[in-house]
Amino acid sequence: MSELSELYQEIILDHNRSPRNFRILEDADSQAIGHNPLCGDQITVYIRMDGDRIRDVAFQGAGCAISKASASLMTEAVKGKTLAEAEDLFRDFHHMVTDSPESLPDIERMGKLAAFAGVCEFPARVKCASLAWHTLIAAIKRERQPVSTE
Amino acid sequence: MSVEALDRTQGTAFDVAAIRQDFPILSQRVHGRPLVYLDNAATTQKPTAVLEAIQRYYTTDNANIHRGVHVLSQRATDGYEQARHTVRRFLHAADDREIVFVRGATEAINLVAHSYGSLVLGPDREVLITEMEHHANIVPWQMACERTCARLRVVPITDDGQLDMGAFGALLSERTAIVAVAHISNALGTVNPVSEIVRKAHEVGAAVLVDGAQAAGHMHVNVQEIGCEFYVFSGHKALGPTGIGALYGRLDVLDRMPPYQGGGDMIRTVSFEKTTYNDVPARFEAGTPHIAGAVGLAVALDYLSSVGLDAIEAHEHGLLAYATERLREYSDLRILGSAPAKSGIISFVMDTAHPHDIGTILDLQGIAIRTGHHCAMPLMARLGVPATARASFAVYNTCEDVDALVTGLKRVYDVFG
Repeated sequence: MSELSELYQEIILDHNRSPRNFRILEDADSQAIGHNPLCGDQITVYIRMDGDRIRDVAFQGAGCAISKASASLMTEAVKGKTLAEAEDLFRDFHHMVTDSPESLPDIERMGKLAAFAGVCEFPARVKCASLAWHTLIAAIKRERQPVSTE
Repeated sequence: MSVEALDRTQGTAFDVAAIRQDFPILSQRVHGRPLVYLDNAATTQKPTAVLEAIQRYYTTDNANIHRGVHVLSQRATDGYEQARHTVRRFLHAADDREIVFVRGATEAINLVAHSYGSLVLGPDREVLITEMEHHANIVPWQMACERTCARLRVVPITDDGQLDMGAFGALLSERTAIVAVAHISNALGTVNPVSEIVRKAHEVGAAVLVDGAQAAGHMHVNVQEIGCEFYVFSGHKALGPTGIGALYGRLDVLDRMPPYQGGGDMIRTVSFEKTTYNDVPARFEAGTPHIAGAVGLAVALDYLSSVGLDAIEAHEHGLLAYATERLREYSDLRILGSAPAKSGIISFVMDTAHPHDIGTILDLQGIAIRTGHHCAMPLMARLGVPATARASFAVYNTCEDVDALVTGLKRVYDVFG
């Protein structure tokens, strides 16, 4: 059962219980809807830009602990970052949850997001962890169609 | 085993421990724990007899059917047609020609929606489905209605998960051409009063398709008693292989229907000017079918019949009652669907955790359940939940499996409580 504590790390449980930046961003420049049709998770990500930099980011929606905590920790991680930095971070995050954390050159760089390293042992949960990120990228690119994990 | 559990299983008319020996997959460990398989509404496990029949078919009899003059082709044809006879007996249909082999319930519904739909649907005609249908019994009808400008109408359910029969009666009219309804709801376990539905539908001249995906193999099914025009099921949910299922169509109705797919086997003569179609059921079986699947399915149905469908139904009902009672231990757990007539399917949500998290926590203890919307998104919307956790029973499940589920759920509170 050690996999269980690997997956549901304290920081993930904390962000599931009290998600940060869990609100509608009234003055958002862009927003996007993400949907995981397999489990019914739905999320809206809002961003407000300052030039090339993400000045504020927030989310709303319903989902499992992994998807909610991932959205919450993502908002903390990308606030203040440039678009290119956010996309780089997502690339590393996706790498971490789909491959093996050991294959990441520098997991320390992931900061709190490293809590999701355990997800790679649960292929069925990768989409839960990455839904918020796909939705963020869609908001950045101002995609009008809702993104789907399928 | 707990005292209550013993009491429950004493009512079972067969030896569940002996049955379990017939299912080799059940003896494995998952995440270091004995596998507890409670995802039977998604697919059931297969007894050794089915696995051996498929192996034997490919080892000794494999050939194409209905065309070779050689011995193997004759054996393959005999096995395939014998399987049709077995399905006919299993459903208590009147004639072997009323059984069409298909890939599964989904393909059967698509066949009827296309073929029968083309005969009876059009502007001012209606298809009546219900709020508790699986997507497989929604989308083919939506597509048929779009093609023919017919209208799709939906019978609502009550809060406890029964069909609103008053609303059903009110929606029925001389415009209703087809009524399509689940025998048993895959998400709630509700057993629908299909005979009554057929009787009322026939009063207005509508034909009825019963989606038997969750019923076949779990209860005695008699299509002549039900009186429906069409009955469909998937082999893999009834201890058979995947990729094979059957459509029952009453002979006089099937006989009037145009082909669904064109190809070999479904024709009598072909020329570039004019093709004549074969008789039923060959008219609906274009191309080489899943012969080994049909052979395996027949063995699965014989297995179920030898155990006894009434005994299986009683056994699974005992498990449902026991699970319903034991799950009351958790005050934040809510069971969705409390119809008086329920099959061995139990859908629930917990305030403490999302169904997906419940599923993962149980999986790590070797317990397999289904989580999600169960291909019934309109039903989830009606119930006001994005998803549920679902445990579903089969002939080989025991009260110990239920105990494992209930104990396993304690870990949800350890993690999220």
